Amino acid sequence: MNKFFAILNARNKEFLRDRAALAWNFVFPVLLIFGFSFMFNDDARSLHKVGVLHTSLTNIESIDNPFLQLKHFQFVSYNDESEAVLKVDQHKIDLLVDFNNKRYWVNETSARGYIVETLLTNYFPNFDRSQTSGRAIRYVDWVMPGILGMNMMFSCLFGVGYVIVRYRKNGVLKRFQATPLTAFEFLSAQIVSRLIIVMLVTSIVFFGSHLLLDFYILGSLFNLLIVGMLGASSMIAMSLLIASKSASEEFAGGLLNFLSWPMMLLSGVWFSLEGAPEVVKSIAQIFPLTHMLDAARAIMTDGVGLAAVSGHLIVLAIMTIVFLAASSWMFSWGNNRT
Amino acid sequence: MADILQIKNLSKRYAKTVAVDDISFNVKQGQCFGLLGPNGAGKTTTIEMMEGILPPSSGEILFEGKPIDKNYYQRVGIQFQHTAIQDFLTVKETLSMFANFYKQSLSSAQLIEMCALQEIVDRDTRKLSGGQRQRLLLALAMLNDPKIIFLDEPTTGLDPQSRRNFWQLIDNIKRQNKTVLLTTHYMDEAESLCDEIVIMDTGKIIQRGTPNTLLKDHFDGVLVTLPISIEPKLKSMQLDYLRNNQVVEIMSANVDQTIRTLLENEVPLEGMQVRSPNLEDLFIKLTGHQLRG
Repeated sequence: MNKFFAILNARNKEFLRDRAALAWNFVFPVLLIFGFSFMFNDDARSLHKVGVLHTSLTNIESIDNPFLQLKHFQFVSYNDESEAVLKVDQHKIDLLVDFNNKRYWVNETSARGYIVETLLTNYFPNFDRSQTSGRAIRYVDWVMPGILGMNMMFSCLFGVGYVIVRYRKNGVLKRFQATPLTAFEFLSAQIVSRLIIVMLVTSIVFFGSHLLLDFYILGSLFNLLIVGMLGASSMIAMSLLIASKSASEEFAGGLLNFLSWPMMLLSGVWFSLEGAPEVVKSIAQIFPLTHMLDAARAIMTDGVGLAAVSGHLIVLAIMTIVFLAASSWMFSWGNNRT
Repeated sequence: MADILQIKNLSKRYAKTVAVDDISFNVKQGQCFGLLGPNGAGKTTTIEMMEGILPPSSGEILFEGKPIDKNYYQRVGIQFQHTAIQDFLTVKETLSMFANFYKQSLSSAQLIEMCALQEIVDRDTRKLSGGQRQRLLLALAMLNDPKIIFLDEPTTGLDPQSRRNFWQLIDNIKRQNKTVLLTTHYMDEAESLCDEIVIMDTGKIIQRGTPNTLLKDHFDGVLVTLPISIEPKLKSMQLDYLRNNQVVEIMSANVDQTIRTLLENEVPLEGMQVRSPNLEDLFIKLTGHQLRG
């Protein structure tokens, strides 16, 4: 255990003392989050969106009422009441109506909801009114987990893989090889060190920007922490696998970029994949970042528990174990000529 | 004295080259053993196989009569030719990190004293000079109080002053009855430090013995050195000589007689030097080429 802590301690010191890299770890995500909160601060949606409960869209057309012929209105059908009400809470739809039971839900804080409600009560005066008061989900609420996740991904992939390849190239690993230190002790110390660093940096950025931007967080922070730890572990393990043999920083850097770019674009960092083609969606499933972000967003914006995201958690756990096993099997200390 | 290391029919073959070609030798407990040879002779490959870092293609290495196992690293100390140390740590922190790897280790104070690190204990390892760096690496190799210490070209690239200081440190280590295994391409280093040497060239051992016996066996007397401009004259005299850079060297068992012969043939003696042969001369004689080429 002494050996493990010696390496852990040394790696943590190295990270903390590399001031430029340390600062960048904080500055980069904060810049992005605040940048996005200013760039996309107003909702430019031009349609009025009305949710319809328990009625398919074809059946709506059979209802003979001018309300349903209004221009610039879009109707969306829902079967699950609580899901649909959450959409009203979050201003994703302006109003929810149940024609069968003659009731509707409106968010009292929504200006668009007020307009749609006025029109609705004009055509259907005796519908029951239910009121919600949730705050609108801004784009920044949605994109913030993506940016933090992306920052975690870069930190895990490059902070572990690149460093190990550099150690191998300049002979730090070879020096360790000539001591009783085992590969397992060395690798586990690298993982734990990076996990602590990533979770610490992410938590600080998370709470710091939450203080200023007041993010939309419905679910439990503890569950979010578990998702973050599992996601980070799987990405660190992935990075170890890439760094298990190579002594070329160019090659490893290329490989890490080759992995991080598709993840940045396809894992739902910047935009939702809901409307994307099925092929793209299934490709995205091979990336750990996709599972981490889907789980984190479900917890934050839908307020679900761990059970609801267990599928993602299991995938992340399996990825972690498989990558770790493969990387410790393939690991080489030195750049032995063959 | 008992053999601490036995090397039996050791070879290392790569796809296109044979780096080490069936070599055998023993290293005695407590001696300073030198592996000499030019760049590319196979010294580093040999020492890295002995360190357990590089797997041999064939052959056997026995430490105290047994094959190398994972316990080996508790008992040996190693200084590589090219080693980086983790960045952003001080000398003292580096020592204490490595100390944690071993069951037993010398105290920091002992190591700092032994390797003359007093002035740099709190310095970042990135800011060390070449000599300071080699002293720290020596301290890391000595940290577990090893029975045998491997030094792969420890003074390459150091200035003459630092080299001599480093030799002093190795001398002190030898006095503690530790076995030292050293590779070098500096012949003066081997003459000053080694009790026994092996000279390697293109993967093979071409000569072994103590520096003195090797010189006695191959040289009879002293070397008379003259400028190369007199070479045509020597040719006509049919006198045996060696060409070495810009000088010619005549092997002479009797200096008086040699000088008389030269004068009789009207060879100008300007720039003449008389010196004892060293390992460098031996190497040139054995291989026909210079050590550092």
